[in-house]
Amino acid sequence: MPVDYLKETPSQTAGPYVHIGTLPAAAGLPLRTQENLHVLAQGAAAGERIRLEGVIHDGAGAPVKDAMLEIWQADASGRYNAPGFSGWGRTAADFKTGEWFFETVKPGPTPWRDGRLQAPHVSLLIFARGINIHLHTRAYFSDETAANEADPVLRAIEQRNRVPTLIAQRSTRGGQTVYRFDVWLQHDERETVFFDM
Amino acid sequence: MSGDFIRRDRAWHPPGLTPNYKTSVLRAPRRALLSFEQSIGEKSGPAFGHGAIDPLDNDLIANFNTGAPALGERILLHGRVLDECGRPVPHTLIEIWQANAAGRYRHVNDGYLAPLDPNFGGCGRTLSDAEGRYHFLTIKPGPYPWRNNGSDWRAAHIHLSIFGEAFAQRLITQIYFEGDPLIALCPIVNTIPDKRAIDMLIARLDMGEMAPFDRLAYRFDIVLRGRRATYFENRTEGA
Ligand SMILES: [Fe+3]
Repeated sequence: MPVDYLKETPSQTAGPYVHIGTLPAAAGLPLRTQENLHVLAQGAAAGERIRLEGVIHDGAGAPVKDAMLEIWQADASGRYNAPGFSGWGRTAADFKTGEWFFETVKPGPTPWRDGRLQAPHVSLLIFARGINIHLHTRAYFSDETAANEADPVLRAIEQRNRVPTLIAQRSTRGGQTVYRFDVWLQHDERETVFFDM
Repeated sequence: MSGDFIRRDRAWHPPGLTPNYKTSVLRAPRRALLSFEQSIGEKSGPAFGHGAIDPLDNDLIANFNTGAPALGERILLHGRVLDECGRPVPHTLIEIWQANAAGRYRHVNDGYLAPLDPNFGGCGRTLSDAEGRYHFLTIKPGPYPWRNNGSDWRAAHIHLSIFGEAFAQRLITQIYFEGDPLIALCPIVNTIPDKRAIDMLIARLDMGEMAPFDRLAYRFDIVLRGRRATYFENRTEGA
């Protein structure tokens, strides 16, 4: 007999009312209205201030307007759980447009298992009605060409034409650095790479 | 940095595409998930302190009180958070949300004809204690209809979100109640292929923890991904 383990509690969809428990002000509740979980770059956090934004598209190309997104990232010097920078953020897609954004700092490179460096990236989880178990992806940065080419995770993607689905595109808007990261849940060519890690 | 997390048994969880839950049809990726080993980002996660949590945050009967307690069947919902190896998961953030006793959510997008309860918000959170125990006081939510196949009915449920100690353990699920005949009919419950897995989502009536002339109790334990020991890990991850 093999050794017995407990089984993980199975996932269920977060549903359309996920905001009540996770972002109550977005649901319309007069609770925690001072919380700004989509703003990670507080006070004196070191590093380049960036806006990471996008829309999640469904298989018909329509924006997913009821999603809840969470990010987890290193600070500008590549440290997780660094003092003064939580590295965790949460936001809701806009109920009318599906647009979402975070205000954060660009993370530094972080170590892979063998000591090589991973290119700077933000890990992203997507929860929504119709998604039975959350989707996990990564946003890399378009101006990190050399680091992206050396990144152990990106390098391991066999279908090279899928790599661009993980690259957030840099631009400047009103003096602010913006990285655009549109997600395609289902698409013949552009379907975003999702991970099982 | 400690060991890797045991891989997720994707056959135990619901698959992405579950056509009887219609919204999944356009929201499920068609390509296979890409499997990779975990790096420091997946093996670490945010820590939430007591600082942000109000003492009433885990009492949904009282935390939206505008002059009276919430209406409905008063319950204690309690249990333990463990990992697959049976170890308690302490100090982890648990968030819940739910409909009121009539089956209506306090959410700008819920238009169900059942009434709102002026004294019920439906939002709660807590941290597990040093032994992984948690509890909420709340009311039993009502079932509610939704479009899907004409008018399907959701079994009464409480939504639950939990972090664990690392990003790899993140989980959102739903809690059902022992004895509810709608569980067997619910298209969202039935996205889970294995009956034993569904069984893990059903809170058990716990008469030992009921409070006389006050409330009933339901027990619900949560199991997160287990973490391997570190015998053969290299030390390059910033130990
Ligand atoms: Fe619900």
